[in-house]
Amino acid sequence: MSTTSVMGGVVKRREDPALIRGTGLYVDDVKLPGMLHVGFVRSPYAHARIDSVDTSAAASMEGVVAVYTADDVRHLGPLLAQVPIGKLRPLLADGDVKHSGQAVAMVVATSPGRARDAVDAVDVDYEPLPAIVDLKEAAADGARVHDELDSNIIHTWTYHDYWDALDLEDPRPKIEEAKQRDDVVVVSQEMINQRLIPVAIEPRSVVAQWNDGYQRFTVQSSSQVPHALSGAISKTFGLAANAVRVIAPEVGGGFGAKLNVYADEMLVCFAAQQTGRPVKFTETRRESANSTIQGRGWVGTATLIGTSDGEILGYELHALADMGAYTQNFTVAIPLLGLWVASGQYTFPTSWVVDCVTTHTMTTDAYRGAGRPEAIYYLERIIDMYAREIGMDPIEVREKNYWQSDQFPAVMGCGFALDSGDYHGSTAKLKEVAGYDALRAMQESARAEGRHIGIGMSSYVEVCGFGPAVLEDIGFSWTSYGLPSSFNGSGLVRVNPDGTATVIIGTGPSGQGHETTWAQIVSDGLGLPVEQIVVRHGDTAESPMGIGTFGSRSIAVDGAATYEATARVRARAAKIAAHLLEAAAEDLVFEDGGAHVAGSPDSSVTWTEIAKVAYQAHKGPEGMESGLEESVTFTPPNATWPFGSHLAVVEVDDTTGDVKLLDYFAADDCGNVINPMIVAGQVHGGIAQGVGQALFEDAVYDADGNLLTGSLVDYIIPTAGDLPSFHTARTVTPTDVNPLGVKGIGEAGTIASAQTIVNAVVDALAPLGVKHIDMPLRPKRVWQAIQDAKGA
Amino acid sequence: MYPREFEYMAAASIDEAVSALAANPGAKVMSGGMSLIPLMKLRLLSPEMVIDIGRIPGLDGITDEGDHIAIGALARHADVGSSALVAEHGRALAQAASWTGDVQVRNRGTLAGALAHADLAADTPAAALALGAIMVAQGPGGTREIAAADFFVDTLTSALSPDEVLVEVRLPKRGGQSAYDKLGRRGGHTDYAVAGAAAWVQMDGGEVADCAIALTGVGTKPQLAEGAMEALRGSGSDGAAAAADRALEGVTVLEDLYGSEEYKAHLAKVYVRRAVEQAMAG
Repeated sequence: MSTTSVMGGVVKRREDPALIRGTGLYVDDVKLPGMLHVGFVRSPYAHARIDSVDTSAAASMEGVVAVYTADDVRHLGPLLAQVPIGKLRPLLADGDVKHSGQAVAMVVATSPGRARDAVDAVDVDYEPLPAIVDLKEAAADGARVHDELDSNIIHTWTYHDYWDALDLEDPRPKIEEAKQRDDVVVVSQEMINQRLIPVAIEPRSVVAQWNDGYQRFTVQSSSQVPHALSGAISKTFGLAANAVRVIAPEVGGGFGAKLNVYADEMLVCFAAQQTGRPVKFTETRRESANSTIQGRGWVGTATLIGTSDGEILGYELHALADMGAYTQNFTVAIPLLGLWVASGQYTFPTSWVVDCVTTHTMTTDAYRGAGRPEAIYYLERIIDMYAREIGMDPIEVREKNYWQSDQFPAVMGCGFALDSGDYHGSTAKLKEVAGYDALRAMQESARAEGRHIGIGMSSYVEVCGFGPAVLEDIGFSWTSYGLPSSFNGSGLVRVNPDGTATVIIGTGPSGQGHETTWAQIVSDGLGLPVEQIVVRHGDTAESPMGIGTFGSRSIAVDGAATYEATARVRARAAKIAAHLLEAAAEDLVFEDGGAHVAGSPDSSVTWTEIAKVAYQAHKGPEGMESGLEESVTFTPPNATWPFGSHLAVVEVDDTTGDVKLLDYFAADDCGNVINPMIVAGQVHGGIAQGVGQALFEDAVYDADGNLLTGSLVDYIIPTAGDLPSFHTARTVTPTDVNPLGVKGIGEAGTIASAQTIVNAVVDALAPLGVKHIDMPLRPKRVWQAIQDAKGA
Repeated sequence: MYPREFEYMAAASIDEAVSALAANPGAKVMSGGMSLIPLMKLRLLSPEMVIDIGRIPGLDGITDEGDHIAIGALARHADVGSSALVAEHGRALAQAASWTGDVQVRNRGTLAGALAHADLAADTPAAALALGAIMVAQGPGGTREIAAADFFVDTLTSALSPDEVLVEVRLPKRGGQSAYDKLGRRGGHTDYAVAGAAAWVQMDGGEVADCAIALTGVGTKPQLAEGAMEALRGSGSDGAAAAADRALEGVTVLEDLYGSEEYKAHLAKVYVRRAVEQAMAG
């Protein structure tokens, strides 16, 4: 069945038949003639001096082609980073190791099993040294992970200093003044937002080919950012940008971990160049745990000052954020994303200080939400504590302090303007779908029966759609990789000679459904059925310059570019159709697979007929240019600021500490919606990851820097069986920063949910005196908190 | 995730598997492979040979043998969990099997394999202990029976000799009622037991005539809680609390990522009490 005029409609994901039936091609499916396989020798120590690396036994094993160490790759320099503050990662450990799992040597062999066998035969002589793992110890005077750096605090993000340039008012005097008032309540709490391990179903995998005749690389990688990877390779190997082709085929989940560029990607290229054969590396799950970037890892104290009737006068956060040992792509910039949403949906003055701290652990970087879940966690937890302190309903407190819908665009203390919003409307929607009053009544009667039911709520603002040109001034760009400094979006729309359309975009999916959503945009603009449209992505050789899929940016930026390109193709087609129909172009309507004169459906021409003429200029209108293709690059004037509120209902077994998530409600506003099913899917997945952080997930390093949760036996991720069916609802407040009015939805669920759960659990246990529990809320912690409250 | 090289042998019969095991010391027997394969992929275990008994026909039955239920070496967790016979004569085992692993593991992994693996936090060993299950082992010299109480020797160590294969698990029909309850690592009944207890009780005129209680996840191995059993025997229908108080006699509680010693000791008591109460309730 043909489908046109599909914007806002549920179109089933067109990529699913291939993905579900196993006909999608992932990088590890790629098998090339003569292909070699890589294994890495990884450090068992978090901190050690390397006295020697003896590769002779490994090198002489059957099937081993080469073994490389730092001596072989030092000339390539360290792994390039976009925000190069701190110590950059050497491609292979050079004289010392600074986290467990750091690659020390690379084995290249004829099969993955041979490579793995040879890894065991490399003899590394380590001199173990004390590791710094605890964030407070790391931030203390005199502690050093890298001798060449003055301090482990490699950067500090603040509201006030950073924005001096923007001439913004310093909020601190106001906050100090509020603290001095004798009619205020001050609540303060230290909280941990624990370190997480991104777990994509598909581990990272990369295959590199070097063509010595053309002096060009072709690289396939499970990446969210093929253009950035292409740039990093070209810079590292001293090649022109167009000498490196990167293809990201199907990508089985990324969550920010594949927004990074990795040392192994450079090393596989090096090995391909050295051996003259294709070389593949696919990480194991254990390697993924300790050598792919991790996320979160903050400890901070939040303080809120407000009146006894719910007027919040100021908010402060001072946190330490764990950067790990080496700086990679955006590492140090991640807390900055949190800073931008630090004041959430609220008007009150905010003061924010986050120190970026180096430790002997794996690098942290963007993980779904990236800085924003941390920021919203502290804010929404402390607001809940304040509400309890003054005995006011936590939703009422929030509503009292939101921006009003007539205040947009609203300039926040951080300098950015919230583009559009209706925070009261969104919260009203949440209360309506959750049946808030009835839930509170249910809680009351459950408590009378001795049951511990809790209701938790959190609102949030997210920032996405990167991004505006201003970002390059503050470190967000791809210039280290030789790519454009501005985070543009791009889209190319081509109507083929047979009347079908091919769309090529600069970002690609790692599960988001680009092939469906983009087809809907183009279908709507051309009046061409979705089935007639193919969306291509992920190959730097054919796609327009692309920044990548991250920060919930694809639709707001590349989607907008595609929308504009579609409009331009339609305008060109209208001239041809007008010529063929002897009508005025402005009188034409594009629908049902062609164009017709408004009011005269019989006076029509199909896309096939239009396309036929488009490629034969002499048959078209005077002066027509052949072809029917437009490519647009779009730079938005502002980021977009989606928002919403979530609510969870939990029950706690106070005897064991076991938490059961009974029900979950979400009211999100991502502006206009192109495919409601895909939007709901994004929200569902996002909530699942937030629930994962709240209840299960924890990257635990012991005091010596050993990762104790390096496998999925002990790093517990949520499964469908652990979750209730979520109730998702939406409000629609379009943005004006892009022509689609869309904002982005990829991270909203994650940003909203962790503290929603924690708020609910603390609400359940408040009658027992529990005020706070750090995540994950494993039964042992919940039980311990109950014991501590009893003892207090 | 590549194991060291090993030889693979698909046995056509138990006799063939036993001969191969005798001829290849250090070989490992595989049924569902749910525990062995991950250990090999992580290279925590590198046997030179794997003897696969998973293809031998006729070993997956659950049958009524008069005085006991016979569960074949290849009966899956899913089979055991959904068996009416097991539910009738050993509900604790049916519950434990249905809360083992996830759907894929339950459809592939076997009860006998899990018991032979003897994980300290597995569910079914506790039920086997409480129900007085009998393990039938076959070696070069023939078969022998091993009582569950003698079977779980230590962490990942059973009483099977290196040359023996666990060919059948027998569930005696001794009446009474049983239940298994646990806290899983994911909360509720999901994932390995942070702590779990199985209880079997036989009531006689309002008194506990006989009982057995076993713990898993708490100590170094799944084991009977002798103190709790002694406390419960002869008590009335309100004996669960007294049994719980003595749950830890003879148990060395181990701390892990999922609980401190204090918390696990507390949970052991909670689940002994819950399992006994549920067993009594029928």
